[in-house]
Order: sequence, then structure tokens, then C-alpha cells
Amino acid sequence: MSAEAETIPGQLPGGDRLKEIGGTAARVLVPVVLALIMGGIILMILGKDPLAYYAYVARRGLLTWGGLQETFTRMAPLLLIAAGLIVAFRAGIWNLGGDGQFLLGAVITSAAAPVLLRALPDLLVLPICMILGIVTGAIWSVVPALLKARYGINEIITSMMMSFLGTSFANVLIKLVFWDPSTTVPQTRTLPVDDRLPRIIGTTVHSGIIVAIIVVILVHLMMTRTSFGLKLQVVGANPAAAVHAGLNVAGLTIATFAISAGLIGLSGAVDILGVFGTVRADWNPQYSFLVVPLVFLARFNGYGVIGFTFFFSALMIGGDSAARRVGVPQFFVLVLVALLLIFLAVVEYLDHRRRKKAH
Amino acid sequence: MSEIAASVRNITKRFPGVLANDAVTLEFRAGEVHVLLGENGAGKSTLIGMLAGMQQPDAGEILVAGKPVRIGSPRESLELGIGTVFQHVLLVPSLTVIENLMLGGNWWQRLARGAALQRFKELSALLGVEIDPDALVGRLSLGEQQQVEIMRALWRGEKVLILDEPTSMLTPQGVRDLGAVMKRLSSNGVALILITHKLMEAYEFGDRISVLRLGRVVGEIAPERLKVMSETEVTDTVIQMMFGSTAEHRRDAEILTGRGRAAHKDRTVDRSGTPRFTVSDLATEAGRGECPLRAVGFDLWPGEVLGIAGVDGNGQKHLAEVLAGQRHASHGKIVLGGTDITADGVPQRRRHGVRYVTDERLGEGTVGAFSVATNLILKEIGVEPFFKGGMTDWNRIHDHAREQIRRNDIRTPSEKTPVARLSGGNIQKVLLARELNAEASVAVFNKPTYGLDLQNTRLAHDRIIASAESGMAIVVISTDLDELLEISDRIGVMFQGHLAGIVDNAPDVERKIGLLMTGAKSEAA
Amino acid sequence: MEGLLTQPFLTSLLFGAVTAGVPLLLAGLGEQISEKAGVLNIGIEGMMLFGAYCGFAVALYSGSFTLGFIGGGLGGMVVAAIVMLLCIRFGINQIVIGIGVTIGFEGLTALLHFFEFAQDNPSLPAAPVFALPIVSDIPVIGPGLFAHNALVYLAVILVGVLTWMFRSTYVGLNLEAAGNKPAALDAAGVSVLKTRALAVLSTGFLAGLGGAYMAEVGAGSFGPFMTGGAGFIGIVLAMLARGKPIWVLLGAALFGASLSMTTALQVAGVNVPTDVVQMLPFAMVMLVLVIFARHSVLPPALATPYVRGDRG
Repeated sequence: MSAEAETIPGQLPGGDRLKEIGGTAARVLVPVVLALIMGGIILMILGKDPLAYYAYVARRGLLTWGGLQETFTRMAPLLLIAAGLIVAFRAGIWNLGGDGQFLLGAVITSAAAPVLLRALPDLLVLPICMILGIVTGAIWSVVPALLKARYGINEIITSMMMSFLGTSFANVLIKLVFWDPSTTVPQTRTLPVDDRLPRIIGTTVHSGIIVAIIVVILVHLMMTRTSFGLKLQVVGANPAAAVHAGLNVAGLTIATFAISAGLIGLSGAVDILGVFGTVRADWNPQYSFLVVPLVFLARFNGYGVIGFTFFFSALMIGGDSAARRVGVPQFFVLVLVALLLIFLAVVEYLDHRRRKKAH
Repeated sequence: MSEIAASVRNITKRFPGVLANDAVTLEFRAGEVHVLLGENGAGKSTLIGMLAGMQQPDAGEILVAGKPVRIGSPRESLELGIGTVFQHVLLVPSLTVIENLMLGGNWWQRLARGAALQRFKELSALLGVEIDPDALVGRLSLGEQQQVEIMRALWRGEKVLILDEPTSMLTPQGVRDLGAVMKRLSSNGVALILITHKLMEAYEFGDRISVLRLGRVVGEIAPERLKVMSETEVTDTVIQMMFGSTAEHRRDAEILTGRGRAAHKDRTVDRSGTPRFTVSDLATEAGRGECPLRAVGFDLWPGEVLGIAGVDGNGQKHLAEVLAGQRHASHGKIVLGGTDITADGVPQRRRHGVRYVTDERLGEGTVGAFSVATNLILKEIGVEPFFKGGMTDWNRIHDHAREQIRRNDIRTPSEKTPVARLSGGNIQKVLLARELNAEASVAVFNKPTYGLDLQNTRLAHDRIIASAESGMAIVVISTDLDELLEISDRIGVMFQGHLAGIVDNAPDVERKIGLLMTGAKSEAA
Repeated sequence: MEGLLTQPFLTSLLFGAVTAGVPLLLAGLGEQISEKAGVLNIGIEGMMLFGAYCGFAVALYSGSFTLGFIGGGLGGMVVAAIVMLLCIRFGINQIVIGIGVTIGFEGLTALLHFFEFAQDNPSLPAAPVFALPIVSDIPVIGPGLFAHNALVYLAVILVGVLTWMFRSTYVGLNLEAAGNKPAALDAAGVSVLKTRALAVLSTGFLAGLGGAYMAEVGAGSFGPFMTGGAGFIGIVLAMLARGKPIWVLLGAALFGASLSMTTALQVAGVNVPTDVVQMLPFAMVMLVLVIFARHSVLPPALATPYVRGDRG
């Protein structure tokens, strides 16, 4: 995306606040509306009623209590991935290995939990599993991180390769190492419901969402208020200036990768500990790519990301159901996400051009 | 009166916030070297950018051979017989000379090497130069690359040749060679347009001089007059045209003509004590296409300005970076005030008092998208008082920025403005404000006034001199010899990674430097 | 283990290597053209997928495999045209658009497949094979290497054609200049944007062709996400090939072999889990990258949009 100013807390870039808020709102809403319209056109071409689809999705995902709870539940892993991507993208690092990091975090956690339960009290198992998820994700990022830090090798390719590798490796672990002999379909030993992340009282939403929100806010504060966050932003905005300023670019690169991948690994852990309790072979929700446009839409702002992720989760929950009820498969959500990303990029570009002319 | 090859009439061009060309009218005659003289920012480059097809004028017209034309792209410019050699070499380093010259064909065509070699021989004869057509451009000297550039510019037709600040990259000998080439071309009927901000060059090479200031043509010296005027007369006339009177603008005049050479005489450097800064046997490793350092050594005393001269590409960048701590020294030692800082990185050196003002202001020195305030503390991220316990004190950073803006007369809408929006001169002020603070004891400047107009050039020189007078030890690396002669106490010359010699800034210094630049070893350092 | 050195295993391995390798070869060659010109085409996976879908659909409805291939190539070019417009013409970030285009066409092709083909699940008959006379009779390697669909031979010939083009025509010169120092190309009067646009469109065609081959010849049908990272492997091949098409061929052969290991092993009666074998190509890529880290060379102007007169 075009170069971003550094994030200063409580400060919108530029001067006149009201005009800036309006401008920002437009830059956010226009791509969303355009994507919905274009998506609607595609639905019409395929012979489906877009309004019926959107209405159903909104109802299912937002307006029913059951659906709303599912939306919040879905938010947890997405938010954690978003947190991981904010850290990486802000530092100019394209961590596109999320799927592998997510799955491995899930598998390791899922395999470890039953074992740990036999030795440790419940209260300790959940945090330890989450830490395991973080560590697993971070470890999976070491190779791309080192290749970039030492040899400048493009991390887009290396992280994507590691993702493919990680996805297959996760399957190998499930099918060959951690499989639960008592099931027909290969999967890990199931964590009993009582031992999973506790629900928020009165709901079916597990507390992983609270963890996720806290993490996102912490990441946001880190980026805007700490020297470490500022260093990451310098590296991302101008690596030559980072060297000139005396920053340890290699170390920061590795740290960024570790944090980003660790958070995505945590996302996998939370999804297992909170929702599934097990990892089935060949399961790959591929959340990482889907979160990318949300992070850009929110312009790397933590609070913004929470909002966008909420609506996107509703879309996913609604869309999931719509596949059965309205006959529009989940693949359509992928198309919407892509349209959103592309329209966002175009709107940003037009806005950038307009601002250049104004000066 | 020879025929008019090309002319511009009432050309006006506006950029956001600045009127680059204001109703400029000029004629370029065949067989004549027409010099466009003016300081940086006078609008010379913009004008020829339009002749080269890079931009379109907002008003006015361009005529070639008497007919109005619209030059919409570099291709159209070349087809009209207008060739432009820009200040920065526009050759592909990984291709050979002849391949670079063949560039310009459509993708479906086969490479016609034979025809290209033929034309190459023609132009080599015309220019009087000898270059191997199969040599990789990346391996040629800057002077040779420039000759290839001239050939490229003349490839499709030799009506008009535009040279934009061609001598900034050359040794004194290279400048003389270029002068010979220009003479040959003009005697063959080519209309030459020479852009420069150096009055001496204008006098030496020009048949006709047009003076530009702030986008306007403020005066012209026709060939008949120029032939009979002395250099001093030309100088006075030009200054008169630009500023109205000579007296008040003596400093500007000096910078323009390169005749000042006064500043360093007001200082005497006390070399009785131990040097503050000693560099010995310094060497670095080369990356692709870079010139590394080989056994560089010098001493620097407090209050001294050591100028480092030399053509670009002789190791200056490595020297600047290794002194600043951005580049690892593969060999040698750097000692500051008795402490060996060779192994120190940038933050540690900064703490010891080393400062580095880079030549790449936006590429390296600042983060263009970030605010002026953040850029002012860019090298102090994580350091108190702006950061405590890892947390950022934005209020303090902004207060500090406002203070610096006021003190250094930095023209910016606010301290939160992205620094890329500032003019070049103001970005330089930001860099100077950041680097030349109280605790600085050694400062390295790389091309400090590159691209700056007279006023900002003067300001930068003043600050460097003031810093020297307050006791700082200063290294100024520059390709502008006049600048070094103006402010340095001693001048060293970089040649192929060596410090070929260091000479005092005494009366015959130019001759000695010229020798050193070509690789002759000095008699006494 | 005796099953490994038998004729069926080796022939199967070779045959599978070619079938799996040709799409990689086409994608890699296509990506090489873009990369030379300074464009990092992340969207190549989307180009392959759309090419696969179009190729399958056209072949199915027209009954002609050749028309299918052309359709696939054109499909890839459609995706490339989007990239060309947004990234080359407007200068929007290539990585963002690449991700968008990949996700978008993953979803779109899966969506189209759902509405068009999911019900009946049609598939194509076996692709026409053109066995090269004489050589295809050589035991073991004959049927393995020389009895393939004609597109395979064309793809190999393409390697030679591109090598010649890069060296002896303006194509190579202009691409090199566009990727190394676009300002020099511009000053010489050649449009950098046009050069890059042509490069991207060529990539689209070749990638689409590769995808069409996967669908028409490799699988005989289309399935959502069927390219499975082939486009990205193509990017890696181009990165490691350092501008020489012959290296893309060798790399594609290697990866094709590792991809075809599963089936070959099954033929040999060895029961190695699919997932382990699927890890092989990617593990190999990482290994090669790690070993040759120092030597991977990319053009200096890669992924940087060109703006005339922009002083940077």
C-alpha cells in the first residue's frame, strides 16, 4: 500500500479532524460498498438473488442470538491472526505463511492438551497450551526469518512455501503421530468439553475472544506507544533509513516474524482449545489470507480491526449457512474478500493521487 | 547568424507550489554552444525536461526547425533529433555498450548488431573517442559512460544535444575532454545546450549565455559580447542580471563563480595536541558494482574541516558509511578521543559523538512518510528523554520538534507534517538540526549542498563553518571541488578506494588535486 | 523395495514427472518473463486456476483439446490484464493485487465450478497422445518421456525459443532494461509500461496454458483450488533460474518428479503416506533456497512501479 505515516495514539493523520474523519470513513466505506455491489452482480450472473443472500447473511450472522454468538466465537482466531499480521505488515514483512503457522499451532496444542491434563491442574493446562501454540508458530517462522534477515531473500515466497510445508506436515502429524485410535476419521485425541476454554457466562462464546481482544489491543498499544513498535515501523517504511538510524534490522526482522507467527500459532491453539477440541486431518480453514484485507481496511489500527473482523465474522457465519440454505457456496466469500482488497487498493491509489495534486 | 535548430517561446510550467518556468523564450542555434546558467531550482532542468519529452508545458510552444511541435515522449524527442544527456547516467549497467546503444527498437525486431556497430564507429569518429563496444557499461569509468551517453543521445540524429550539468561527475581532465568533444560537435553544426550552475564553465565552454533565475530568463550575453569580455566582466554582468547589485550578494556570487575561497582562511587549526579522530588502514568489502576502501588513513583535529574530493564511485560512500558505523570495516582502526570505536555500531558511535549527514536525504536520511518530529529523533528511538522504559513520550517529541523548527528556521506547516512534503533545503535543515546537536564531536557530511539553491547552500556552509569554529572535527565529502576549496582546511582525494593524498588548502591546491584525481601519487600528504 | 527399480515404477515416475512438470515449466517460464521486466507476479496462481477452468470448460463444450488450451491461455491473460491495469498502468502495489487476484480467482473458479459442473461432475476423455516415432519405443524411458500430449513437446521447444529470444532479439534487451534500469529504457524512447504490460500478458497466457494442461491432460476435469501452489512453485523456479530458461526446465523436471512420487510409489507397491510425499517438493524448495541463498539474484527494479520523471 502507499506509505503510511507513523501511528500516533489518539491522532488521525493530518490536520482538520472532522474532514479527516469524513475522509477516512469514505476511504473505508467506498471499497466495502463497491465490493458488495460487484459481488451482487456476480451472484446475479450466476442466477442468485444478491439481496436475498446479503439479507440472509446479515440476519444469520448478526440478528439472531445464536448467530451472533457464533460470530463472536469465529472472531477469536481471526482477531489473533489480524494481530499477527498487523505486526508483520507494519514492519514491512509479508508473513504469508499464516495457514501453516495456524495449523501447526493447533495440532501441537491439540496433541499436548490431553497429555498435560493427566499431569497438571486444569488451570495451568490452558495457558501452557496457548504458550505452546505461540512457540510452535514462532519456530515455524525461523527459516524464512533467517533467510530474509541474513540474505535478503524475499519472504513472500519463503513464508508461502513454509505454509504449504506446514499444512502437509500438520496432516502427517495427525495421521501418523497423534492420531486418536478410537476414531475412524484421523484426528487427534479430543479434548473433553469441560476442559476447553471456559465459556463467557450466559453464552456459548468461549473466553478465547477475550484473550484475542486483549492481544489486539496490546499489539496496537505496542505499535503506537513503544519504542519497539516505532522501530518496526521505521524498518517497514524505509529499511535504508533504519540502517542509517542504527537499528538492528536483522534482529528486528527475526523478532517481527516470531511475534507475528507466534500470534498466528496462538490463533490455532485458541480455536482448538475453545471450539473444536480436536484437529481433523485435512482440516484447513485458510483464515490467514482472508484476514489480509481486514488489516489493510483498518489501516493497521487495532480498534478498527476489531470492528472489521466482527462484520467479517458475521459474513463468514452467515455465508456458511447460506451455502446450505440459499445455495451460494462459501467460495463466494473468497470472491468478496478479493473484491474488497482490490477496491481498497484502487480507492487508496485514487485518494493518493488526489492528495498529490492538492499539494 | 546560423540557423535556429530549435526554440522555445513563452514556455510556462507549474508544479504544486512552485512556478518552475515563467514565460521562457530562448533560441538554440546550430553550431553554437548555448549555456543555460542559473542556481539550483532556477528552472533549467524543467525546461530541458520538456525538450526531452519528459514533461509537457502548461503554456507556450516548442519549435523545431521553425515548426511547432508537441514532444509527448522521449521517443518523439529523439526522433526530432534532440538528444539529452541527463545528470545521472541512464545506462543499463548489466548490458554492454553496444547493447545500450541499440536500445530503442521495438520488441519484435531482431538485434541488428552490424548496423549498430557502423553507427557506433561514425559517432566515435565524430566525438573523437575510443571505447570498446562490447565492454559492460557497469565497468566503464564515469567519463566513458558519459561519452556513451552522448553517443546514445546523438544516435538517431544530431540536431540538438542537451547536456545537463555534465561536469559534476568528471575529473578536471574529464572536463577538458568533454570540452573538446563539445567543440568538435559544434563545429559540425550540432546545436549544443549546456546546463550548469557554474559560471566558470559557462565562460569557458559557452558561445552564448542565458541566465535564469526563479524560472525566468533574466538576461542574455550574445556571442559577439561574450567573445570580448573577460571572466570578471562576465561574472559582474551575470551577478547584476541575477541580483541587481554586486555588493550585497558577494557570498552568492562567490558560490556561483566558485571564487570565494575565503572562509577557510579565517580559521587556523591548532594541530599541537593529539588528533581527536584517527583513522588508520581502513578497508571494507565490496558489494556488486561498489568501490570498497583500501587502506585509508587520516588524522583529524578539533576545529578542522577535512574535505574529501574525488569523482563519484571511488569509495566515498563506503568511507562515509564506515565512519558512521553503518558499514563494517574489514580491516583497520577508528579512534575517537582515545577510544577505539572500530567495533561500535551506529548507536554507540552516536553516543561517542559521531554524526553523519547523508547525501540521500529521503532515501536514507529520513523516513519520508513520517513526521518532521519523528524524523528529528529518528536516531534516538528508545533513548531517554523521548522514550522511558520502552514507552514513547509523544508530547516530549513534539515539543522538542517545535523548538528545533523554530531554532533552525525549518519551513513546514507543522511538526507533524510528513517530511517528504518539505523542500530539499528544508529537509537538509532537518538533517542538520538532528545531527549537529550539542554533544557532537565529529561530523561527516556527504554532498551537503547537492541540489540546494544558493541560499540553502550558503546556510549549510555557514553551519559547517560554525560547527568547526565551535571545536567540532568535520569531514566533508563532496564532488563539488569549489565547495571544498571554500570551506576546507585540508583536502584529501579518493581514488579507487585509496586516499591518494591530502593537501593543504593553499594557493596551488587545484593543480595538486587534479593530479591526485587521476591517480598520480602525491609528493607530500 | 524391489518394486522400485522395475519398469512400471520408473515409467510411471517419468510419465508422472512430465505431467506434473509441464505446468510448472510453463508457469516458471511465464514468471521469468515478468521477473526479467521487474514485475513480481504473485497473482500467477490465479492465472493458472482461471486457465484451468477455462481450458476445461472450452475443451468440454467444444470437444477440442487444442481449443481448450487456447481458451486456457486466454483465461490466464484475462487475469493478467487485471494485474496489468492496476499494477503496471496505475502502479498499485503488486503484492496486494497479487494476493487479491489469487484469492479472487480461487473463489471465482470454485464458484463457477459449483454452479456449472458440481451437479454432473463431467470429465474429459483421455487427452490425445502424440507418441514421438522411434524414441517412444525405447524401453522404460520411451513411454515415460516421449508419449505425451503435443503440448509437452511444444513447452520444451519453448525453452529453446525463449533462450534465443532473450539473447538475440529486442525482447530480451527491453525486458532486461525494464527490470534493471527502467529509466534508461524510457530515455531510449521505449515505453517501460508497454514492455511490462506485454510481459505480464505473456505470463498470463503461459500460466493459463499450464493450468489448462493440468485440467485437460493431468486430471481430465476441474476441481476447486486444483493448482495447489503450482503457480507459487513457478515463482520460485523463476527466482532460482537467474534469467535462463534452461534452468526453469531442470527445476520443473525435478519438482515434477517429486510431485509424481506418490503415484509412482503406489504403483511400485510402496505404501508411503500421501502427505509425506506432498511435503517433498516444498521441502526441496526450501532446501534449495537455503543452500543457494547467496546466489539468488533478482532484478534491482523488481516490484517497483515505474513513474517517468519520478526522481524517487
